[in-house]
Amino acid sequence: MDFASIDPTTVIYNLMIAATPILFAALGELVVEKSGVLNLGVEGMMIMGAICGFAISVETGSSYVGFIAAALGGAILSIIFAIMTQYFLANQVASGLALTLFGLGLAALLGHSYTGQVPPEVSKLSVPVLSSIPIFGKMFFNHDFFVYCSLALVFFIWFFLAKTRLGLIVQAVGENHDSAHAIGYNVTKIRFFSILFGGALAGLGGGYLSLIRVPQWTEGMTAGAGWIALAIVVFSTWQPWRLILGAYIFGGITILQLNLQAIGVNIDVALLSMTPYVVTIVALVLMSVNRSKKSIGAPGSLGKSFIKVL
Amino acid sequence: MIKLTPRNNQSKILIAITPIIAVLFTMIFGGILFWVLGKNPFEAIKLIFWDPLMSETFSDYARPQILVKASPLILIALGLSVGFKANIWNIGAEGQFIMGALISAGIGLALYPMENRLIFPLMVVCGTLGGTLWALIPAILKSRFNTNEILVSLMLVYIAEQALASASIGILRNPEGSGFPGSRNLNQYPSASNPELIAGSGVHWGVVFSILTVWFFHYLLKNHKFGFQIKLFGDAPRAASFAGLKSNYIILLCFSISGGLAGMAGMFELTGPAGAITIDFNVGYGFTAIIVAFLGRLNPIGILFAGLLMALTYVGGEISQFMLGIPAAAIQVFQGMLLFFLLSIDLIVKFQLSFIRNKHISRKE
Repeated sequence: MDFASIDPTTVIYNLMIAATPILFAALGELVVEKSGVLNLGVEGMMIMGAICGFAISVETGSSYVGFIAAALGGAILSIIFAIMTQYFLANQVASGLALTLFGLGLAALLGHSYTGQVPPEVSKLSVPVLSSIPIFGKMFFNHDFFVYCSLALVFFIWFFLAKTRLGLIVQAVGENHDSAHAIGYNVTKIRFFSILFGGALAGLGGGYLSLIRVPQWTEGMTAGAGWIALAIVVFSTWQPWRLILGAYIFGGITILQLNLQAIGVNIDVALLSMTPYVVTIVALVLMSVNRSKKSIGAPGSLGKSFIKVL
Repeated sequence: MIKLTPRNNQSKILIAITPIIAVLFTMIFGGILFWVLGKNPFEAIKLIFWDPLMSETFSDYARPQILVKASPLILIALGLSVGFKANIWNIGAEGQFIMGALISAGIGLALYPMENRLIFPLMVVCGTLGGTLWALIPAILKSRFNTNEILVSLMLVYIAEQALASASIGILRNPEGSGFPGSRNLNQYPSASNPELIAGSGVHWGVVFSILTVWFFHYLLKNHKFGFQIKLFGDAPRAASFAGLKSNYIILLCFSISGGLAGMAGMFELTGPAGAITIDFNVGYGFTAIIVAFLGRLNPIGILFAGLLMALTYVGGEISQFMLGIPAAAIQVFQGMLLFFLLSIDLIVKFQLSFIRNKHISRKE
């Protein structure tokens, strides 16, 4: 056992990479939930993004085209959920589960021939000047485009929700769909597009997983990342900035756990692999202790179907 | 423009025939899927739905297999259905299934090679308890801290999978297995094995228990106060609290029931068809059971048929995999589709649809 061999710079660097797919998916789900829809199909949309991104980038040789395909894959799958819950008024919890089961199956089917292949490499985007700062440069400014993109998206989504007219309408629809409808907003349409946006971001997260984080395609490779993204949205109490904290804590634990395994700490490997999930549960409990659903900021109409009365 | 009016009395006929319509839709779209995969859709559908039951070549193998696969699905789905009715979402049956198997394997293997008639019943009890205790974690967290039970029960699936991996290479590994992962095969330990009760029928103790449980739940939900309480809690939680129904009591009870039955299913699977604890012991029954519960309309008799149908698609899927080279994942897609159609078609059960020409109609109600 040699703790000194764990290099903090590398840990932080890898932590950011591990956190990025979850951050993407959680950002998408945040917008969906803000509009009052609970989509439990994140895992399914992520894995669809993972295979679509992987397959297309292997076929075209371009990872950026792959990422577009990943976002499209997630969004297309989410259309099924959107139609079911918005037009057929199906139960959102059950529909989300169905989406996950379906997505996992479909991705396995599509990815059958891609196992073991290698995707094109995504080049690093070193920030000029900043990346040459000793330690910090390597930690924070020597990543690929999508790490910066995910952080920028946190800002844009915060700005969109808090400062733009459309963002406030989305929140109004999520808070009380009957009132929003009464003032003349089209609840169904707004929710429909929020779900699509959430699907695209979940797909992007999945694409990041199969193209950069791993990078490989294996069946069921998301391994609960979508569910963790859902947990992080609760953990963040529906505030975009706190998503970074949640995702990075989770990424940190994943990486630390892998590092401990690598240096051969005398703990059962399975026990170490459990830690991210255990920590997620602990975080969820801490968030919910002594607080009612209202005060932690859950949108008022979350998970309820909107039935239009003419 | 379509106008939706909630139905006050849901038609029993509609409730019964909509799952059949959903199955038909799934067959059509599944057929298209197989056609896209370059297979003959009619042959694939026939192999999945007809041949396991009727073909002479396959039925000797397939008919018992349907019972073997249906019994865990039915047991788990029955337990889940009670919670779903009460709006309590236990999604972690897969983990409870694993824990039931692990605990019962632990007890059984600890007593090896002692022979005693009581060992098997003891293992059933321990397996059930194992599943219950695992399910009580999200239940207690929800009742104490109002923590989201969906996420916690799901996280516990991943934790249980790690525990399974750890046990099969560590504490439960077969000492005579020359270092290979996996436990002793319980089928070779008479006191702890769960053999076919009638040779060639596929009927083991799990099948017997699942049928008894269907009958018991049918009675419980229809004739006992408990069935009414569950329905009240799910449909009108405020009314339930005015009636003095404690929500914590319902949460703990629903999770105990569903976890216990999932654990029991795990135990029967371990001692019967699976035989031993291995890393890939669980095959997703806990997740598929969610589909079964909905397909069966959360009704015990419905779940019995839904479980058999889902088992049919599993066995038929295996046959079509063997005969046509259809990938295993295609069956999962097929099952997912079934749930989509089923949930969507519920619209006509819950609402009356009427077509309106003019969009601008004054608000009613």
